[in-house]
Amino acid sequence: MVNLKINGISVSVPEGSTILQAANAANVEIPTLCYLKGVNCAGSCRMCVVEATGARGLVAACVYPVSEGMEVQTNTPKCRQSRKMTLELLLSSHKKKCLSCLRNTTCELQRLSLEYGADEDRFAGENKETPLDTSSPFLIRDNDKCINCRRCVAACKNLQSVEAIGPIGRGYAVHIGAAFERPTIESNCVGCGQCIVACPVGALTEKSNTDAVWKAMADPDKKVIFFTAPSVRATLGEEFGYPVGTNVEGKMVAAIRRLGNVEVFNMDVTADLTILEEANELVERITKNKPLPMFTSCCPGWIKFMEHNYPEMLGNISTCKSPQQMFGAVLKTYYCEKNDIDPDKLFVVSVIPCTAKKYEVGRSEFHKDVDVALTTRELARMIKTAGIKFNELPEEQYDDPFRIATGGGAIFGATGGVMEAALRTAAHMLDGKFEMIDFKEVRGVNPIKEAKYKVAGITVKVAVASGLANARKIVEAVKSGKKDYNFIEIMACPGGCINGGGQPTLSDSIRNSSVDLCGLRSKALYNLDKKMELRASHDSPTIKMLYNEYFEQPGSHKAHDCLHTEYTPREKY
Amino acid sequence: MKGQNLGFQGTPEQAEKLKKVIEEHKSTPGCLMPVLQEAQAIYGYLPIEVQTMISDGLGISLSEVYGVATFYTQFSLTPKGKHRISLCLGTACYVKGADKILAALEKKLGVKCGECTVDGLFSLDSCRCVGACGLAPVMMIDDDVYGKLNVDMLDDILQPYREGKK
Amino acid sequence: MTVAELNEIKARYADLIKVRQLIGEQSAKLEQATGYRKQVLVCGGTGCTSSRSKEIIEVLESTLKEQGINDVLVIKTGCFGLCALGPIMIVYPEGAFYSQMTPAHAKMVVERHLIPGGDVIKEYLYSGTLMPDGSIQPFLETPFYKRQMRIALRNCGLIAAEDINEAIGAGDYQALAKVLTTMTPDQVIEEMLASGLRGRGGAGFPTGRKWAFAKASQGDIKYVCCNADEGDPGAFMDRSILEGDPHSVLEAMAIAGYTIGSNQGYIYVRAEYPIAVHRLQVAIKQAKEYGLIGKNILGTGFDFDIEIRLGAGAFVCGEETALMTSIEGHRGEPRPRPPFPAVKGLFGRPTILNNVETWANINPIIMKGAKWFSSIGTENSKGTKVFALGGKITNVGLVEVPMGTTLRTIVEEIGGGIPNGKKFKAAQTGGPSGGCIPASCMDVPIDYENLKKIGSMMGSGGMIILDEDTCMVDISKFYLEFTADESCGKCNPCRIGTKRLLELLTKITKGKGELSDLDKIHDLAEHMQASSLCALGQSAPNPILSTLRYFEDEYRAHIIDKKCTAGVCKALLSYYIVPDKCRGCTLCKRNCPVGAIEGNLKQPHAIDTTKCIRCGVCITKCNFGAIIKK
Repeated sequence: MVNLKINGISVSVPEGSTILQAANAANVEIPTLCYLKGVNCAGSCRMCVVEATGARGLVAACVYPVSEGMEVQTNTPKCRQSRKMTLELLLSSHKKKCLSCLRNTTCELQRLSLEYGADEDRFAGENKETPLDTSSPFLIRDNDKCINCRRCVAACKNLQSVEAIGPIGRGYAVHIGAAFERPTIESNCVGCGQCIVACPVGALTEKSNTDAVWKAMADPDKKVIFFTAPSVRATLGEEFGYPVGTNVEGKMVAAIRRLGNVEVFNMDVTADLTILEEANELVERITKNKPLPMFTSCCPGWIKFMEHNYPEMLGNISTCKSPQQMFGAVLKTYYCEKNDIDPDKLFVVSVIPCTAKKYEVGRSEFHKDVDVALTTRELARMIKTAGIKFNELPEEQYDDPFRIATGGGAIFGATGGVMEAALRTAAHMLDGKFEMIDFKEVRGVNPIKEAKYKVAGITVKVAVASGLANARKIVEAVKSGKKDYNFIEIMACPGGCINGGGQPTLSDSIRNSSVDLCGLRSKALYNLDKKMELRASHDSPTIKMLYNEYFEQPGSHKAHDCLHTEYTPREKY
Repeated sequence: MKGQNLGFQGTPEQAEKLKKVIEEHKSTPGCLMPVLQEAQAIYGYLPIEVQTMISDGLGISLSEVYGVATFYTQFSLTPKGKHRISLCLGTACYVKGADKILAALEKKLGVKCGECTVDGLFSLDSCRCVGACGLAPVMMIDDDVYGKLNVDMLDDILQPYREGKK
Repeated sequence: MTVAELNEIKARYADLIKVRQLIGEQSAKLEQATGYRKQVLVCGGTGCTSSRSKEIIEVLESTLKEQGINDVLVIKTGCFGLCALGPIMIVYPEGAFYSQMTPAHAKMVVERHLIPGGDVIKEYLYSGTLMPDGSIQPFLETPFYKRQMRIALRNCGLIAAEDINEAIGAGDYQALAKVLTTMTPDQVIEEMLASGLRGRGGAGFPTGRKWAFAKASQGDIKYVCCNADEGDPGAFMDRSILEGDPHSVLEAMAIAGYTIGSNQGYIYVRAEYPIAVHRLQVAIKQAKEYGLIGKNILGTGFDFDIEIRLGAGAFVCGEETALMTSIEGHRGEPRPRPPFPAVKGLFGRPTILNNVETWANINPIIMKGAKWFSSIGTENSKGTKVFALGGKITNVGLVEVPMGTTLRTIVEEIGGGIPNGKKFKAAQTGGPSGGCIPASCMDVPIDYENLKKIGSMMGSGGMIILDEDTCMVDISKFYLEFTADESCGKCNPCRIGTKRLLELLTKITKGKGELSDLDKIHDLAEHMQASSLCALGQSAPNPILSTLRYFEDEYRAHIIDKKCTAGVCKALLSYYIVPDKCRGCTLCKRNCPVGAIEGNLKQPHAIDTTKCIRCGVCITKCNFGAIIKK
């Protein structure tokens, strides 16, 4: 341990710690912009400058290592002056359309400018005018708001190994973009949105579809259906001041119901349905010697990643549609038929933690089964726009017939959840007497998890990875024959959907603190699972109803038509 | 959407050469720069087609390759003229009036610094010190150095290139 | 190759080279021993090559052949230093220093001087070597060379640049042999520490300490790097050393490798230096063939390989961490320090990086000893420093002087003063990271500390002399344009700061400045110095700060009086015709691109200042000095 003083407060931190980490331990907050815990640590924005004994001039706390006996001052006139100047320089090259910015009040530059009393006009000078990149259905890049912190680049490269974007040019002209300045949609971007949640300002935002939803709700000819993904209940509360990890399912349903004349369904139902189809497919692949390992297919970011990078392995991905697209398909077939509704008049809105799902709804093979995918953030904005006092709402239940789902469906929102839910059902399918429900080896936020289970005389080797950089490691290991798994769950976002690109963007002071965002959010889902009576997807009465009334059995011809899909090889770029 | 650069006319021989360069360097750590340099020597510039070949060949993402190519002034994304004029704007040349030479060249050629004439004969660039400060102000046309320049000399210097004698 | 074999080559070539260090009779005797009646040294440095020295060598060789002369040795050397007079050629044993040669002159030299019984052609000699009484003075006695002390440049212009035998003959690789066979790594470090040698690339960090840190770092793989990315515009000493004595660098890198426990070196050299790159390649190839680089060097079991990496035009890559990032194949962006390269450098391994000139000092320190080296220079700055003297100075070229030499000595004695009777205004040292030294500081002994004190820095050693025609606001704008262009864009203070500083300076030179802009400039400059990530940003404001310090009145004149006293800033100038001097020749009127000049033949003309675009064409055309700008 290294002993040092931060503003006179003694702390001991492990060797190799940075001043920023030590300050955290001393409960002293140092402002940062380019630093994002676990994502980016470059020492480039110069916001976190401090004075330290033994160092010449000001040093960047996020990268400067502590040493024994060091005395650090974080709040001297020199530090404050430098931070203010840095902010004023940033503001001089920032498009200050704050009032209409989606990050208004959650912008780190805005917050710090206020704190440091920065004058936005002092160094006014020439500014670039870059057109917005609105080419993709999932994100908007406004480089005139970009502060070049490169957190998006780091997220794309370090977390996701996608490297769709990078710094281009140099000096004042340096900017972030895809190679050859191509628009996002013509790049290998998978749409995961990790760049959006990494962005401290409004340079990256989701492409908002709320207008389309408002319009549909105002259209007397449309019947509007909402369904919410498993993880949204665990994160939406953050937008309304609830502590991280609060399950607000009841209030969320109540809030959506108050948006207008809508039905609110539970997407956990099609998570359960996915499990039935996927488990069946797995059993079939194992017993009939079809291509293994089988990768899960619920995550559209992961699917696009494979289409760009490993087209030769598309046959290893489960053909099951994602729960979102299964729900769309179920609504526009079964539900419409049963209730005698013209599918064209049904307007289907999914609420998802994800921006890649905005891309997924537009894939031609899905025939607009889902009309609009809204992120958790967009739903929160709609609730606010509608003047709904979220915190005062009663707890309400989803609408029938898609109300009841199992714990297996709920944990879909966290890494390892799909695997565990599938194992619960697959084990049952292989061995009707199999009783095990908790598969704890695949839980937790570790980037890569492995386990072996023996069921009905068969050893099933599984792996779970979240974050595409980890996924790539697994794919490479499989490709090279180093690993021979049977079943692999992949979620593109680190930690799974609870940390998706469409989730609320929390302030840096929380994200860079010791708060374990992924852990708390996923705990909300596992707690829900634990207290549910129905834990395994195949026990769900809703699922039984669907098979009895429509799909007959998992893997049936009808199920195949409706609930399965295929993939398209894409250029690597 | 590849083939953005409609003017790209790489030959199979060039591609073969580049492939060889990539193979030779592949296992050397930090080989991207040398490969880009040799690729530019083969093609004269680094269009998307060339950078894509390099990205695929070295297993380095295209965004990284492009980021490197746009960082260094030596790399060009557009074709250069048949004759490359490079005017030194180092300090020694500047204090001896290189800026006036540049303005005159821009006017004579009808292009801005960094551009290529419409007929493709000349491209005009500035550079930072060719280390011939004793001859300031200095410019290079291809590999030839012209020193102690003044505005009136320019036409005589350019003429042989215009007439195809150089 | 063994040490004995090395010494055998040295002995074989030593006489040949000694001839070039002696003049006259002594040298004539040696001449007989070497078998050559005359030696002709032609400068093959970049400057002289630009002015056709290659052609000159061809003419020399073909004419010698025509004349059937085969006892004259023609060799192509590196830079002699006096670039202003290039191409240069020296004939021994006379020591005849021919300047501004042409191929035709070369032919004449063969026919009149090199033929048996021929004599020096005095008309072609450098005038400085010609005494009033008609006798010839050795060129080393001329003011340009006399005050110099050539340690780093010891072999530049003395030996054939592409012949390892000549390099060995001149003493290269002796230090490596000595170190490998008689010294421990600790002894080498002790010697380096005792010598007081400091990095010649800019910051002046003690070389011995750098090596000691890297030696102390744990690791089975370590690297030795040579910074030959001489990006400072107006500096070309590193280029000259690589062109004139590349082996001195290779040898020194191997010594460092032995000292810190490294087997791999990298030389990062500017691609804009084709001749230097070529000579390095030749040198590495020859050294490998001789076993002086590569496996089992001099039979001692020590391995050391060297690879060349070319820069691609980014000034920031002169910064050590950026240079390493670039060798690793990335955008040359600096990394935060610590960790320092000696702990975690290239590819994450302990690394030392020194620049070319620093490396060139190693051999003499090992051979002549730390005591000798530390006896040269000032208290804290030992040895010599090479300066690239350029700008408004008579003797443009490379000069190497002991630390502590005054600017006055360099400008007035060595440099031969300011041409055209103009007045000295300032000397810019340290390039875009340095500052301007005014006439009032001309007698300050130049060393690391003093330069810093007077607001400049050593930098790599560019020294641009500015005369009264230079506008100090414009010159700081020039440097800001440079740093803004070369900023990597990684950190905010530099990326945006250089841009805004440049905008403020541009505003002032356009006559739109306000006094409050000077406060903004000060604030920005201080901020960049304190908070930028690397030395480029930290030192980018130096040219402004030093000119503000010594020439604030010029800034104020631009801002308050809207005047540019040096007559450079176009927006602040007006052109006038002095009626008394104008003969009414109409030449200016005919050449004015915008028709701003009116007047009839043989009658005084006048300029319509509202139409005038201040291009200055009329001034250059007027034969009577009738047009002035003020």
